[in-house]
Amino acid sequence: MRVAVAVFPGSNCDVDAYRAMSAVLGQKVDYLWHRETNLSGFDCVILPGGFSYGDYLRPGAIARFSPLMASIVRFAREGGLVIGICNGFQLLTEAGLLPGALLRNRDLMFICDTVCVRVERAGTAFTSRCEAGQVLRLPIAHGDGNYSVDAATLAVMEQKDQILLRYCSADGVVDDKHNPNGSCANIAGIVNERGNVVGMMPHPERAAESLLGGTDGLAILGSLVDYCTQRNHESCAC
Amino acid sequence: MNPVRAERVGLTATEYERVCELLGREPGDVELALFGVMWSEHCSYKSSRPLLRLFPTSGPGVLQGPGENAGIVDIGDGLAVVMKVESHNHPSAVEPYQGAATGSGGIIRDIFTMGARPIAMLDSLRFGDLSDARQRALFRDVVKGIGDYDNCMGIPTVAGEVGFDPSYAGNCLVNAMCVGIIRHEDIKRGTAAGVGNAVMLIGSTTGRDGMGGASFASVDLTAASQERKSAVQVGDPFMEKLLLEACLELFQTDAVVGIQDLGAAGLASASCETAARGGVGIDLDVALVPRREDGMVPAEVMISESQERMLVIVRQGHEDEVRCIFDKWGLNAAVIGHVTGDGMLTVRQEGEVVAQVPAKALAEQAPLRHPQAERPTWQDDIMRLDETELPAGSDWTTVLKDVLRMPAVASKEWVYRQYDSVVRTNTVVGPGSDAAVLRVDGTTRGIALTIDGVGSMSLLDPATGAAMAVAEAARNLVCSGARPLALTDCLNFGNPERPDVFWQFTQAVTGMSDACRVLGIPVISGNVSFYNETGTSAILPTPVVGMVGVLDDPSRACRQGFVTPGDSIVLLGDLTDELGGSVYVCMVAGRTAGHPPVLDLERERLVQSVCLDGISRGIIRSAHDVGEGGLAVTLAESCIAGEIGARVSLPEGLRMDVLLFGEAPSRIVVTTAPDGLNALLEAARNTGIPTMLLGTVGGPGLTLEAGGRTIVQALVADLADAWRGMLPGVMNR
Repeated sequence: MRVAVAVFPGSNCDVDAYRAMSAVLGQKVDYLWHRETNLSGFDCVILPGGFSYGDYLRPGAIARFSPLMASIVRFAREGGLVIGICNGFQLLTEAGLLPGALLRNRDLMFICDTVCVRVERAGTAFTSRCEAGQVLRLPIAHGDGNYSVDAATLAVMEQKDQILLRYCSADGVVDDKHNPNGSCANIAGIVNERGNVVGMMPHPERAAESLLGGTDGLAILGSLVDYCTQRNHESCAC
Repeated sequence: MNPVRAERVGLTATEYERVCELLGREPGDVELALFGVMWSEHCSYKSSRPLLRLFPTSGPGVLQGPGENAGIVDIGDGLAVVMKVESHNHPSAVEPYQGAATGSGGIIRDIFTMGARPIAMLDSLRFGDLSDARQRALFRDVVKGIGDYDNCMGIPTVAGEVGFDPSYAGNCLVNAMCVGIIRHEDIKRGTAAGVGNAVMLIGSTTGRDGMGGASFASVDLTAASQERKSAVQVGDPFMEKLLLEACLELFQTDAVVGIQDLGAAGLASASCETAARGGVGIDLDVALVPRREDGMVPAEVMISESQERMLVIVRQGHEDEVRCIFDKWGLNAAVIGHVTGDGMLTVRQEGEVVAQVPAKALAEQAPLRHPQAERPTWQDDIMRLDETELPAGSDWTTVLKDVLRMPAVASKEWVYRQYDSVVRTNTVVGPGSDAAVLRVDGTTRGIALTIDGVGSMSLLDPATGAAMAVAEAARNLVCSGARPLALTDCLNFGNPERPDVFWQFTQAVTGMSDACRVLGIPVISGNVSFYNETGTSAILPTPVVGMVGVLDDPSRACRQGFVTPGDSIVLLGDLTDELGGSVYVCMVAGRTAGHPPVLDLERERLVQSVCLDGISRGIIRSAHDVGEGGLAVTLAESCIAGEIGARVSLPEGLRMDVLLFGEAPSRIVVTTAPDGLNALLEAARNTGIPTMLLGTVGGPGLTLEAGGRTIVQALVADLADAWRGMLPGVMNR
């Protein structure tokens, strides 16, 4: 599996994503500078966390105009796998690849913590290692993670099973008490209709080694590896 | 002689005379402005330098001691830690958000200037009483300023401490520490060399922000200071992130001869200090400096403290290579001058010389001051405390919860939740423990980091307080299983021209030096912040110590939380009858009072060695030092962190408040599996330190007994609520 980690000026979780995918999961990973446009040969693009362009204007609002992002939009339309984490999720909504927007956290403060999320939909390319209802403990670190979407769109998303992760208690109860940032319907992560573009505020790449406190992030990142490995194997067999 | 000219730039008449002597003539306006900032206390250390020579600054692992942008200590495997702590108190008191943000920005630049990748931030903060809305606003804005800057930089903020005392109300303390990692062969220094080499200014543009910030930091804060917001710099962490990555990329080339960041006194200080260190001169033209404002005069360009800029001495012919890298990152890189052999700092405006002074005169020849030091007459009064007048107390469970709610003791989660403490995925133990632990790429080792300041005890006895800061920092590292290697210090004091303040300073430096010698920990960098006062009241003398230690295996880092039911709880160290200077006294008497506890440095060293040895042998399962709040708080925190209770028996004979809340140093509460107990006690006996078997881990509550009587009984969850709920309760109301 070949993975591209996008690097915009101000990205800072690019190293975290790189390390999780290469050192921990043993995949071939390349950094792609924001001026690059060639995505051929990659199975998956990771849009990492950080503060692309200093979050000027709005998080992700400037990065969406970069040459690399134009290629990523094409890549996604052709069925390529794209995962946006934190700032990457914000960028995906700005670029129109995912619905909704990420507003300032409900209490207006940056939050760094470890939270529980419930897997709402298993079996996608990003959750094939998970079971529906499974609770993952994942780190969050953001100031703008308050997911917002209009009611009509949300209803469509629910109907099409596009909610991937919701904030919850340790035993999987989804309620306001366990909603760290005020997100609409406790949404922590979503997937597009086609199932190849995912955005999430929690950081699976920061939960990939037991030395650092947990490996639940591998349920997501490992799913990607499984999916691509199997897909590449099938296409070889043809 | 011209006293008016001298005063305008903050120099005394004597200092002005010295300038004339060094130049052999009266200085021109630009020259005088340069002397004004470079000879300020902030830049020249003219009052503190003679005393700072008392610090032990060398040792087998020290690769760079004080005098550079940051200190460097070897951690093995060809790697080294680069670190420094610096104050940004005055700017933060006037404009807390930007003051704190640029405090981070400045100290981060000090680290990557040395060639290192910054890997961790720490902070030590002091504010007035949180019942005052203005103090809450300052606290909130400072924390946000630090968080916004560090988070955007992608450098984890892994540890810190916050204290509160009315004396900080008009002059909060914001000390920021940055830690970097470097390979020995990659170390860069702020030295100019090679006549004809290019002098380039890289990074952000230059404007009128932060004009004369160094001089501003060298006087007391007054009401008029609130009007001096132009002396506060404005930070842009995005620009600094680009500058960081561009510089680290630049260091991969052969282009760099020397590099220095632009901090206090801006271009003036960066140019004369690099020239002075290299024994060369620099000839530069301010017209070549990229500006963000029109109409700046040469003196303004030279002393502007606009952020996110660096001065680089570039090997002749490599200028385009530098431009190319900075172009990739969208940053300026302008040749503004060249290195000369005449030892002069020559400043031109479109070719015409507007200042020409010996670089060494600016950087190194500020006349030293020898302020008078005198023990204040009130010192005996504040040390007087009649303990029999303290409330006798009977409901110690309630008192313990009250102490857990004291701002000095309560959980600081409200603060560190706003800091990204795990970015770069190296954080093994994050904020909220005795020390942070990080793994280090390229080695199997880890490092432990802590920052500790001592205010109350320093007021009562500055020498003991400063030594306690060193001892506590080392003890915190040891509790995580790390061997202390080196420290960086930030000495926050009032106006040194006052004999009582300078006495405190003298005592503190002496006490700190003694502690460093006995514990074998060199000082590799540091900062002095004077003039921390408003009106007639100085802050508590507040020495702050940042320290690094090394662990052979970070996966075996020790934590403060109790681990396993049935483990034995052991106190390494003694029960003493000392209550002076404690948080408890402050809580019930409403003031800092009493004799501070005795610090026996040799005892301290032995307690630490037994603890470290026990952790490395795998005998000790948890370790937490007895600090603010005393033994009862230590036990409560270990219960809270481990989410498990404990049953503890204490001996009779001592006053209950002293036993529970006295803050005698050199004490660590450890736990051990029952089969490790004898080995631990034997090791302590062989070393000659006292120990006491306190009790056993287990159950849902903390129970303390003395002489068969139950003194404290509380559910861990209730203790946790008191401890965790305090800051959010106050700050979110």
